[in-house]
Amino acid sequence: MTTNTETPTDTATALPEDADQLSAKLRRAAVAALPPERLMPDRQPAYVASWIYVFGVLTLASLAVVILTGVVLAIFGPSWWHVSTVGLFVNSLHLWSVEVFFFAMVVHLWGKFFMAAWRGRRRATWITGVVSFVVSVGAAFTGYLSQQNFDSQWISTQAKDGINSTGAGAIFNVTNFGQMLMWHIVLLPLVVVLLVGVHVLLVRLRGVVPPFAPTDHTAKETGADQASPQKITVKGVPS
Amino acid sequence: MQTLTAVMGHMVGGLINLTGPGHYIHWGFIQISAANLVVIGLMVVVFAAAILIPFRRPGGRD
Repeated sequence: MTTNTETPTDTATALPEDADQLSAKLRRAAVAALPPERLMPDRQPAYVASWIYVFGVLTLASLAVVILTGVVLAIFGPSWWHVSTVGLFVNSLHLWSVEVFFFAMVVHLWGKFFMAAWRGRRRATWITGVVSFVVSVGAAFTGYLSQQNFDSQWISTQAKDGINSTGAGAIFNVTNFGQMLMWHIVLLPLVVVLLVGVHVLLVRLRGVVPPFAPTDHTAKETGADQASPQKITVKGVPS
Repeated sequence: MQTLTAVMGHMVGGLINLTGPGHYIHWGFIQISAANLVVIGLMVVVFAAAILIPFRRPGGRD
């Protein structure tokens, strides 16, 4: 048995010859692309202190409740969520967490729109947010079709004409309960969670968009540094 | 639980009558349910509040 005393290429690689392994290369690439200090920062710039981001976090929290209650509904099934008292409660939690999810997401989206949050190489962050909103609408729609009651029948028969008028009815049949249930509990949640995950990672990597640079007029009034709006800090809190 | 649900139902029902068909508002070609309009109005109010209300930090930093 030989002991290698050479310095490894990273702390997780015990032996230098292991540095060429695929797992080691992937690990180094992942750490380089997503450094832990950027994924979980201790401090944020002062301009992150805004209610608009609270609504972003509220969106994430309500999405977690949506998924958890959806898992419980999937375990016990329609006869439970329509008849049992606890089932009705969990079913209502699932519905109202969706309502909170959309409410908070719209407030967050409006705020980011008026901040022009796509500035500074943040286009992908904006686009993933917008697309996750659109996909969430589809996820909610297929959820209304999966209720297994008269409401879902009514919605499906009303929606089929709209879907058919687009030509999509041939592959996306809103009156096909099995297909809509699979879209609702498998395909669309996967896409939403994936998009939201990428969105949050991009927020961490690219950072939160800084405020607009003050104009000459506002700079004179506030004494702000026009060249570097990112340098705005809270008293005693470095950005 | 059922008693609580019944009490809550009466309290909410006293404010908003949810029995019967929904109320719709028609304005030209625009048609929207009163419930959806109320939610949109609430979102606008909450958005304005989120912009206007100062965000306080722990420890009195602002």
